[in-house]
Amino acid sequence: MTPVTPRAMGQALDRFDGAEKVRGLARYAFEQPAARPVYLFPVQSTVAAGRITGIDCSQASAQPGVLAVLTYQNAPRVATDSGDLRILQSDEVAFRGQFVGAVIAETSEIARHAAGLVRVDYEARPHTVDLRGEVHREALRVPNEVLPIFPMHTAEGDVDAALDSAAVRVDQAYSTSWNNHNALEPHTTVACWADDRFTLHLSTQGVNRIQAAIAAAFRLEPDRVRVISPHVGGAFGSKVYPWADVVLAAMAARLVPDRPVKFALTRQQTFSQTGYRPPTIQRVRLGAGSDGRLVAIDHDSIEQSSKVREFAEQSTRATPGMYAAPNRRTRQRVADLDVPTPTIMRAPGEASGMFALESAMDELAIACGLDPIELRIRNEPDVHPLFGLPFSSRNLVACLREGARRFGWAQRDPTPRARREGNWLVGTGVAAASYPVLRLPGSKATIRVGPDGRYVVLIAAADIGTGTRTALAQVAADTLQVDVEQVDLRIGDTAYPPATEEGGSSGITSWGSAICAAADQLRQRLAAEHGGTVPAHGLEVTADMPENPYLKQYAMHSFGAQFAEVRVHEETGEVRVPRQLGVFACGRIVNPKTARSQLLGGMTWGLSMALHEQSVLDLRFGHVVNHDLAQYHISSNADVGAIEVHLIEEEDPYVNPMGTKGVGEIGIVGVAAAIANGVYHATGVRVRDLPITLDKLLPGDWPIA
Amino acid sequence: MRTFRYERAGTVSGAVALLAEAPHGAFLGGGTNLVDLMKLDVARPDLLVDVRRLTSDRVEELPEGGVRIGAATPNSDLAADPLIRRRYPMLSQALLSGASGQLRNLATTAGNLLQRTRCPYFQNVTTPCNKREPGTGCSAIQGHQRDLAILGTSPECVATHPSDLAVALAALDAVVRTVGPDGERVIPMTELHRLPGPEPQRDTVLQHGELITAIDLPPLPFAARSHFRKVRDRASYAFALVAVAAAIDVADGVVRDVRVALGGVAHKPWRAAKAEELLRGGPADAERFRQAAEAELADVRPLPGNAFKVPLARNTMVRTLLDLTGGLR
Amino acid sequence: MEVEVDIRVDGTPHRLTVDVRTTLLDALRERLGNTSAKKGCDHGQCGACTVLLDGRRVNSCLVLAVAHDGAEVVTAAGLAPDGELHPMQHAFIRHDAFQCGYCTPGQVVSAVGMLREAEAGWPSAVTAGQPAGVGSGGGDGPTGAMLTDDEVRERMSGNLCRCAAYANIVPAIQEAARR
Repeated sequence: MTPVTPRAMGQALDRFDGAEKVRGLARYAFEQPAARPVYLFPVQSTVAAGRITGIDCSQASAQPGVLAVLTYQNAPRVATDSGDLRILQSDEVAFRGQFVGAVIAETSEIARHAAGLVRVDYEARPHTVDLRGEVHREALRVPNEVLPIFPMHTAEGDVDAALDSAAVRVDQAYSTSWNNHNALEPHTTVACWADDRFTLHLSTQGVNRIQAAIAAAFRLEPDRVRVISPHVGGAFGSKVYPWADVVLAAMAARLVPDRPVKFALTRQQTFSQTGYRPPTIQRVRLGAGSDGRLVAIDHDSIEQSSKVREFAEQSTRATPGMYAAPNRRTRQRVADLDVPTPTIMRAPGEASGMFALESAMDELAIACGLDPIELRIRNEPDVHPLFGLPFSSRNLVACLREGARRFGWAQRDPTPRARREGNWLVGTGVAAASYPVLRLPGSKATIRVGPDGRYVVLIAAADIGTGTRTALAQVAADTLQVDVEQVDLRIGDTAYPPATEEGGSSGITSWGSAICAAADQLRQRLAAEHGGTVPAHGLEVTADMPENPYLKQYAMHSFGAQFAEVRVHEETGEVRVPRQLGVFACGRIVNPKTARSQLLGGMTWGLSMALHEQSVLDLRFGHVVNHDLAQYHISSNADVGAIEVHLIEEEDPYVNPMGTKGVGEIGIVGVAAAIANGVYHATGVRVRDLPITLDKLLPGDWPIA
Repeated sequence: MRTFRYERAGTVSGAVALLAEAPHGAFLGGGTNLVDLMKLDVARPDLLVDVRRLTSDRVEELPEGGVRIGAATPNSDLAADPLIRRRYPMLSQALLSGASGQLRNLATTAGNLLQRTRCPYFQNVTTPCNKREPGTGCSAIQGHQRDLAILGTSPECVATHPSDLAVALAALDAVVRTVGPDGERVIPMTELHRLPGPEPQRDTVLQHGELITAIDLPPLPFAARSHFRKVRDRASYAFALVAVAAAIDVADGVVRDVRVALGGVAHKPWRAAKAEELLRGGPADAERFRQAAEAELADVRPLPGNAFKVPLARNTMVRTLLDLTGGLR
Repeated sequence: MEVEVDIRVDGTPHRLTVDVRTTLLDALRERLGNTSAKKGCDHGQCGACTVLLDGRRVNSCLVLAVAHDGAEVVTAAGLAPDGELHPMQHAFIRHDAFQCGYCTPGQVVSAVGMLREAEAGWPSAVTAGQPAGVGSGGGDGPTGAMLTDDEVRERMSGNLCRCAAYANIVPAIQEAARR
């Protein structure tokens, strides 16, 4: 693996699509010009479990402008192994809000109104949607399948014995809430069936997985399904897996050939249709000597999956790699509930799990009378504790020290409630962050050079706001050893060589490695076959993402340190975070401007997760009650204070030829813990259940309701 | 959204007459809540009578020192009005703490008062709700309770009224001028909104087709020292968990007069008459403020999920009065 | 039920026939092909649909087209006639004040409208937030040049950004305000 020499990489270039985006001229999926479009609006189940006993479409069908009403009685049969996608195939209902029908009409107004006129009767079955209730039952099980790479259970040594004999112990339960992605662009599809093939414009993190799912569902060769995803209005994990909306749009397109079917989920519908970060109930037990050196780490997590498709996030994944301790155990179990399927959401696993571990580390520091940064430094491992491999690079301690210096940590009085300004109690908190360097197999890149010296780079990658269009062009320029202006990068279309999803901060690693391989071959062929000059007809090569020989030799992770200043109003419990500071070691930074934005965004997500985000499930009905942006709060501009992002320079020759480790996820990791730790420092109140709302901090006596 | 007939009346009486003949019709002002509810199929008017241009859209000084606010005055204009900011700053603050700049530009004064509850079950036609469909039951009372009322609830409804403006107006003894099928009338702001009782479908005492034309604020010189404090789950752009509107007149450490109203706690803006009574003539100190707040909250009927509003309302009331009187603790 | 309305969008007059139920946002996007304003929530809860309506920033998703016959509408595209970017748009690019770009046209329009409001002396909850009589509430609001970061944050809170570019949006607006 030959390292790429950075020239374009490292430059803080403005986004190439900036001028289009600030004017609103960048076209998202729903905005593609479509001739004679029709509109689709779904009918959703109003029971959480049961079966349909009757459907009356007569009123809906009679509306002028209605073209068809889809139900399980007339929908095309689909072949899929994903329960999420198996809609309108039977009378069964698996969760509240599941699609049970849809109306196709000439306008969006007619389609929506008519959908409301479809009458569906149900025979409801008792349902189970309460994770907290399930914890006390036998129904928990070890998931069969989780996000890749890391095992669900890990164990080394005798954790229980070590905890029993430890001088200092922390044993606490932590919980995180059901969070919804709420990308500002809801999931949208424009589906057209013409000439016996599908053309789908949709909003996705990866066109190839959608292509495969739709081709399989409708029993087509993949080349008869073209998926185009131009600009994507945010995704955060919710647009990796195909969801029922795509299948519904495709079904509708089959019914009205040659007419593009436009389907945009409403904001409310996204809460039941596009996955969510599952709530977790975690228990962390830490045992240490009085000097703070850990002897045991035990991290147990319970979360939920649905009954239609299994999904489990690895909320204990980061734990085995964080700290040296001879005795360690992580466990993960799920309950299968009558709810929609959860999915990956920004730093899936780490965001939830590190809230628990890093809160517990703060509690341990207090129990040991140690500074929380010093505690973490004392437990820094030499090699990855679980894998026994050296780290390709690990700069957690440098991040903590640099952050402490910049944040002014040395002046901190660790006593809770020691600082106040007016009626505001002021505290500060710190937490560590980590995220693995992931590479997903399956990407290919084509590079075509013309006699004009321009390089066309084709790969079906995605730009979900991460800055792929800019950063990947910078990578391509350096691998080709040309100016970035000579590179014409084309992404987001199954007409190009396949690419893996934009997810898990794997984009630059996976796609960049493929582009790098293609560039190497292109340069070699130019030199060997054409004397270094571009032939008159141009030259084209295609290459796969190569293997990384170092994968089995090194553990590969990014690290970071999160700091937060927290203010809590002593009379109302209101929480404000006027300052956040993050220091990260993420290998080479391709574009410092867009990378900083990724990290800023992640840190703000952490703030939002810590203080606001919570989808409230009604246990009787089985639906998310607060299913809109007025009630499901994400941080608004006024919630966000000063945020500083700093980067530790890091050379890592093992991760990939570019030396990059990914920046999309790590920004959120640890933030909720840093804020919770700051809340404790400000108030003396430890909140172990997210989000940290003011009722959890209100002083005084409460009436018994 | 159901389809409807759209009419623009030329006069107030014309608008009232149009609606008198349409039992399922509605007036359209800024539309920020009505259009929202029509999309959700919660509101199903078959006629919209656009009244935005029918009434005054400005603030006028009244001869005796009061102020008249035209019903069509946008929230943003009202909040920015120099007269309002000088004489009734809490009113401006209440508006500015509500919604967003964009919404305030659209929303009218009368429309703000007539917005419907944001109870999530009211806004979701797939769950029972006595306010939306009388007799179907209340989903909220045993459901998600965080935003529900603690005062003046009924077994049929525990919804809160969402308007911040209404809270400030209730504290200021505003009166609402209307024209209806039976002619003109004047309704004290504190009596415009109802407690739910057995008829939660009726938010206000207005008759069908009765149009608000103006709001009158009586002179209240000490309201120049007034404050609106809103506590919510986000720093901005969120409905109140608890809000307090207060004006206080203190001389030599004694409360000469006071106005207090609470938001986020009831089906209507809650004028804190008991607290005011206890405060008048008493010492302007934290102890008395606390006693007054507790007296006002003596009859609370909280639910497990909103019991936190009781200490929150008490503390916020005390803090607002302390801030107005320059007290620290 | 269909009605005819005249709307001027980004300087171009249009006469169109719309369903009475059609919002200004849907009229722009689905009828006129102007997709600059975005649909994020359709209920006035996110600000992605912000346009200037007769000079003021509003949520176009809550505006019925039929009720605004004769209106003048400006979208983010209209802020850059003939491709010449508005100073606010330049500032957004320079500060990387967006990622996915979906809320961005609404943010840009909102910021332009917001600065006009501030220049007109309109207060915000931050300006007016202190108990009156103890300092503020009466005087004139800050001018655009004097807006603090907290003022900008409060005044821009009606525009949600899920990529969470807020920390870049504020300095971008401040830079444009200084021009």
